[in-house]
Amino acid sequence: MYTVADLKKGLKIILDGDPYLVVAFDFVKPGKGQALYRTKMRNMINGSLLDRTYRSGESFEPASLEERTMEYLYKEGEHYTFMDQQTYEQVVMEEETLGDAKNYLLENLKVEVMLFGEKAIGISLPNFVNLRVTATEPWAKGDTSGNDSKPATVETGYVLRVPPFIEEGELIVIDTRTGDYSTRVKG
Amino acid sequence: MKMDALWLRANVIKTIRDFFWERGFLEVETPLLIPANAPEEHINPVVTLPSWQLQTSPELCMKRLLCGGHKKLFQISHCWRSNERGSRHLSEFTMLEWYRADCDYQALMVDCEELLQYIAKTCLPDNGYFEYNSLKINPFIPWERISIQEAFLHFGQVDVWECLRKGLYEEILTSIIEPALAKFDSPVILLDYPAELAALARTKPGDNELAERFELYLGGLELANGFSELNDPLEQRKRFEEANRVRSNIGQTVLPLPEPFLNILATMPPSAGIAMGIDRLVMLTAGSDSIDEIVAFTPEDL
Repeated sequence: MYTVADLKKGLKIILDGDPYLVVAFDFVKPGKGQALYRTKMRNMINGSLLDRTYRSGESFEPASLEERTMEYLYKEGEHYTFMDQQTYEQVVMEEETLGDAKNYLLENLKVEVMLFGEKAIGISLPNFVNLRVTATEPWAKGDTSGNDSKPATVETGYVLRVPPFIEEGELIVIDTRTGDYSTRVKG
Repeated sequence: MKMDALWLRANVIKTIRDFFWERGFLEVETPLLIPANAPEEHINPVVTLPSWQLQTSPELCMKRLLCGGHKKLFQISHCWRSNERGSRHLSEFTMLEWYRADCDYQALMVDCEELLQYIAKTCLPDNGYFEYNSLKINPFIPWERISIQEAFLHFGQVDVWECLRKGLYEEILTSIIEPALAKFDSPVILLDYPAELAALARTKPGDNELAERFELYLGGLELANGFSELNDPLEQRKRFEEANRVRSNIGQTVLPLPEPFLNILATMPPSAGIAMGIDRLVMLTAGSDSIDEIVAFTPEDL
């Protein structure tokens, strides 16, 4: 068990059955008064924020979370299936839980799946992924309109801005932290 | 950034010394390692060697010097309070305390005004404003003085006694009153606290429910706590024992009583004393929102 003295940014605890991440913490103690421990926490399953104030003597159950490397297999409707290559265990995640991460999920991509007990509650992606451009306007040579980017669709269906010289069928590198085009993969 | 903060910190401390030296105060050093602090309900000393504690405040030794006949004293020293760590707290921090014999808490309020104006003139560039949470606080305009009960009634629409009874005092003070005090351009003094919140203070003449205690706030940040000193040893012993009773009820260790202090307290002239957090004063001078920015090392750095 954690006590109030363990509270700090980054601590993961269980509250009403859900795992929460402490995102902001401050110790408050008016002169001669009792100490208060003010926290802001994020529900690690649905992302909602919660403000809670605790006093000396309160305790918390640590949230044990496990990260496991899994491979993305396929999508069915809004359900995304991942598999642990060692144990062949499969987990399913909703599109809503995945958020923007769904834009980069190509079959066989290896990701880190965060597990709370049996439940998958999120994934972390590599910082950069390579995806092939499936549709974009051709580069009009001599175009002097000044546009330094154009829209392109990649094989996952994600649409982003790319430089004008990128052509259909090319492989590009995308930064998954920002969702932006990073560079072109030659060859 | 940190190097500038350390120069500023050194300058603030030197300026405090100049201020008190110019006014004829004796600068003292008293032991940091002591057998007993004043037992308080919510202050936990750091216990080191068996039967020895680090001081939570130099208060008791300073008062013993008043008993010895010294009239004006100040000290800048480190104090320790177990498990206090936040954006405004360090377990080991630096405290300024000063004491005046033959005075009450009103004299200390005047000292506070003069000290902060002196520091503003010496340590702050051009405009002389202190700053906290991007709020500017001008020490040269008239200071606001509000009784704690008025503050609770006016800003919180609640009675301070009722809050104490219901255990809501700290919550209301920190979530409603202090943010309201942050809206003042001048420093604010809250005064006349319920006696139970002032274990070492004298009560007001003719009203033993209220203590002659005040707190100084700048931008909603609590900077200093001063009071007219209790010099009745029987009453003081009773309050220490009561604090220990409360400690025992909330699962805290019962603390030893400072017997030599209690034995000599009857000889202390009517006096007033105050503690000011130097780290917070440096924060206000530097315009820092976090105590981490104005110390050479935090505990986590070590």
